[in-house]
Amino acid sequence: MTEPLLSVRNITKRFGGLVAVNNVSCEINRGEVVGLLGDNGAGKSTLIKCISGVYHADEGEMFFEGKHAHFAHPMEARRHGVETIYQDLALANNLDVGANIFLGREVKKRHLGGMIKTLDDQQMLRESRRTLESLQIHFPTLTEPIENLSGGQRQAVAIARAVYWDAKLMIMDEPTNNLGVPEQQKVLELIRRLREHGVPVILITHTLPDAFAVTDRIIVMHRGRKVAEKATAETNTEELVQYMVGARDDTNKGVPSPQREISLPQ
Amino acid sequence: MTDRGSRIVLPAGVKPSGIWTPAQRFALLASRVWAWLFLALMVLFFVVTVPLVSGGAVHFLTIRNSQNILVAIIPVLLLGLGQTFVIIGAGIDLSVGWVMSLASVLSALALRWAFDGGVPLFPSVLVGLIAGVGGAAVVGFINGVIIAKLKVPAFIVTLGTSFIVRGVAYLMSENTTVIGLPPGIRAYGNDALLYFIRGEGGGFYFLKRPDVSGELLRRMDTILPYPVIVTACVVACAIFLLRKTQFGRHTYAIGGSMEAAVRTGIPVDRHIIKLYILSASTAGMAGFLSTLRFTAGSAVIGDPLLLSSIAAVIIGGVSLFGGAGTVIGTVIGALIIAVLTTGLVMLNVEAFFQFIVVGTVVIVAVLIDQSRDLIAGRHRRRAET
Repeated sequence: MTEPLLSVRNITKRFGGLVAVNNVSCEINRGEVVGLLGDNGAGKSTLIKCISGVYHADEGEMFFEGKHAHFAHPMEARRHGVETIYQDLALANNLDVGANIFLGREVKKRHLGGMIKTLDDQQMLRESRRTLESLQIHFPTLTEPIENLSGGQRQAVAIARAVYWDAKLMIMDEPTNNLGVPEQQKVLELIRRLREHGVPVILITHTLPDAFAVTDRIIVMHRGRKVAEKATAETNTEELVQYMVGARDDTNKGVPSPQREISLPQ
Repeated sequence: MTDRGSRIVLPAGVKPSGIWTPAQRFALLASRVWAWLFLALMVLFFVVTVPLVSGGAVHFLTIRNSQNILVAIIPVLLLGLGQTFVIIGAGIDLSVGWVMSLASVLSALALRWAFDGGVPLFPSVLVGLIAGVGGAAVVGFINGVIIAKLKVPAFIVTLGTSFIVRGVAYLMSENTTVIGLPPGIRAYGNDALLYFIRGEGGGFYFLKRPDVSGELLRRMDTILPYPVIVTACVVACAIFLLRKTQFGRHTYAIGGSMEAAVRTGIPVDRHIIKLYILSASTAGMAGFLSTLRFTAGSAVIGDPLLLSSIAAVIIGGVSLFGGAGTVIGTVIGALIIAVLTTGLVMLNVEAFFQFIVVGTVVIVAVLIDQSRDLIAGRHRRRAET
């Protein structure tokens, strides 16, 4: 058994009197896709932000690659290989694919003994193309501003950027929101390909079909607590919905939640 | 499996690339090159109409007139160059007009001080250059720090500093033109690379103004005055900086998406400060060149040029929302304004009409840019500042 890539132990985050994340522990192994499910306000995003350095947990600790990790800032998390792809993607829509993949870390050519440095667009384009090909992403052109690309294609650019810069853990926040159905399928396909590349993904979603389509394991949160952790193959929609609405709770067997009638749309 | 195997119906607002109709393609192309076309058509118009109106006595496209236009665009263009960078970075610099004035006064005072103190002419000119551009850069630094670090909107900061700089410029010049400069600097500001005297007794003269008078002087054309060459070099540097360097790339990125720039680790604050230093510096250069040209420093020289320079930038296709534009566009914009102004004067049109025409061109330019966005089906993100 290899050690988990990320190990979160007893993380608690409070905002004033509100306990947004309550004593949550979980582990992420190399090459697996973990779904993080829960209703709005369940604490998914807060937990993720604690991991990626946006927030600092009030209690608990985190181990990344076996070492005690404390990311003071999102940039520090990125330097360690924790890439978070938010819904707005952090892309500059007026620049082309290559410029976006290398944004802030441009490849430069030196002239006159390093006195003058120019952008090496050729090199960046080549590297971009190679990364995109390795992920089987095909664009008609890489030299147009990405504002002409569709939402799913832009998502792919953001993912390719993370892959190129050696992301060791990818966190994706509702990546299929605001996408058409065919586009959603492509993004899910990309997540599968990331797993093939050995990059684990934490997928935040409240779209159950997405979770079943790509995850190996599902963690469900409800009101700040982790209420379930299941292998995807061993659970079903009905069960997960019961966890999500708080009708079932694995971690709190002694105190049963009030039973509710759940009717699922077929 | 290919990504484009089938035509998929996407929700409204999602437009996959590479699916333009020929008509859209044409419209996009036309909207990109319209400024060049407009300039060419305008020149053609004046080439035809100016001789007609003057009965064949005056022509538009002469060596002399083209050189006059080039000299005329220098200050507007220099102010516009720095402004191009600032606006692409989603800012605005309203202080450049008065910064140019301040630089003119500062460089005149410094040059006079050095020369009167026994410094030879050329080093004195350098002292003037350093004082003018350096003083301007300080103003730019102050602008940048207040905008980037204290998060005050650029419009307000630069409006405020323009008043401050105006006061300083008047105080330093004691509300009068700074004169008493060494007469030798006239040559730096007005002499040219090449002189040409047409016809009998004439010829080409390199690097040296021929000592002629009367009939010969009237037939003499001044080709590529030094300030034009200096400005051309600044333009070349600006093109290089914007297109080929990381500085240029980051300028586009900040203007396109401040959020993305911050999150990808671009040192945004420092970059914004540099943008305003750059903008003030090109304005300082304009002030310095005007001091050489008129052999005097003046606190009133820059302010009337501010709006013309912004007009040139806008006509040249720089988006006020940031993230788009080119240096060449600004050059074309400045040329369009200068050609219009010169041509209308040669047609004996009442001078005030030029304002009406330039204003119309600015609005039409922005309409054309917006129509490009409509064609492409994208929606401009409103910039916060």
